[in-house]
Amino acid sequence: MTSLLLVALGGGLGAAARFVLDGEIRSRTRGGFPWGTFTVNVLGSLVIGVVAGVILAAGAAEGPAAVARLEPWRLALATGLCGGFTTFSTATVESVRLARSGRLRLALANTLGTLVVTVAACALGVAVTTAIL
Amino acid sequence: MTPPHRRPRLVGLVALGGGVGSAARWAVTVLVPDATTGGWPLATLAENVVGAFLLGWLLEALSRRGRETPRTRRVRLTLGTGVLGGFTTYSSLALETERLLAGGDAAVALGYVAATLVGGTVACVAGIALGGRGRGADRRPAADRASSVPASREAR
Repeated sequence: MTSLLLVALGGGLGAAARFVLDGEIRSRTRGGFPWGTFTVNVLGSLVIGVVAGVILAAGAAEGPAAVARLEPWRLALATGLCGGFTTFSTATVESVRLARSGRLRLALANTLGTLVVTVAACALGVAVTTAIL
Repeated sequence: MTPPHRRPRLVGLVALGGGVGSAARWAVTVLVPDATTGGWPLATLAENVVGAFLLGWLLEALSRRGRETPRTRRVRLTLGTGVLGGFTTYSSLALETERLLAGGDAAVALGYVAATLVGGTVACVAGIALGGRGRGADRRPAADRASSVPASREAR
């Protein structure tokens, strides 16, 4: 039950933040590329990498008990906040829309670009955090 | 005219939907742990593909009703931006892929992302196709229909 609440609260906050940030970015950008969704996805992936890095570092230094202690934080921040902040469904719809309106290169750029940059951002988050801690 | 993303009530609806969608996503991951699927992040894959299908369906079904009204906008923001935005996740996809690559499982990582992207795209297209039918769908010729919501305003 506590886990559910942690995820729901984090997820609600994340979704709201996504809505606001995406809206702000949209109002400042032109052209077809969905910079708003791209940004929240990359940012959220960077943050989840940092959270994962913290947990990895704690596990390496102090063992499984430390990892278990961090579980509520993982649920709230990774599963909840990052999970609510990022979105696969919106990114996909936007790519499909671009493709259907004939802007295939933008569609591909969005699909592949989002994948590559989010994984890279996540890897960066993990690498930097595990290096520091 | 305050834009939607600066209206507290609409942000609140997105938050509510996002909480529900995230909770549902977590429930799926609990029910489908990776260990039972041979290391494949099956839960996230399923969530993202199903979510892409449902969002395609929802947005198409809503746009077929003509110009967006305050009510249909609330529906779109709560269910689409909120619930489905919360139900699907790119951060988990990115982390799972990164972990697979870090663990030397490049082939699994490639298969996983391919399945997600292809599956998600196909599912989305299918959802759009289904959303264009059924009750409430405007079957008049395109020229007679009320102008639909501009593409840039949807899928927020």
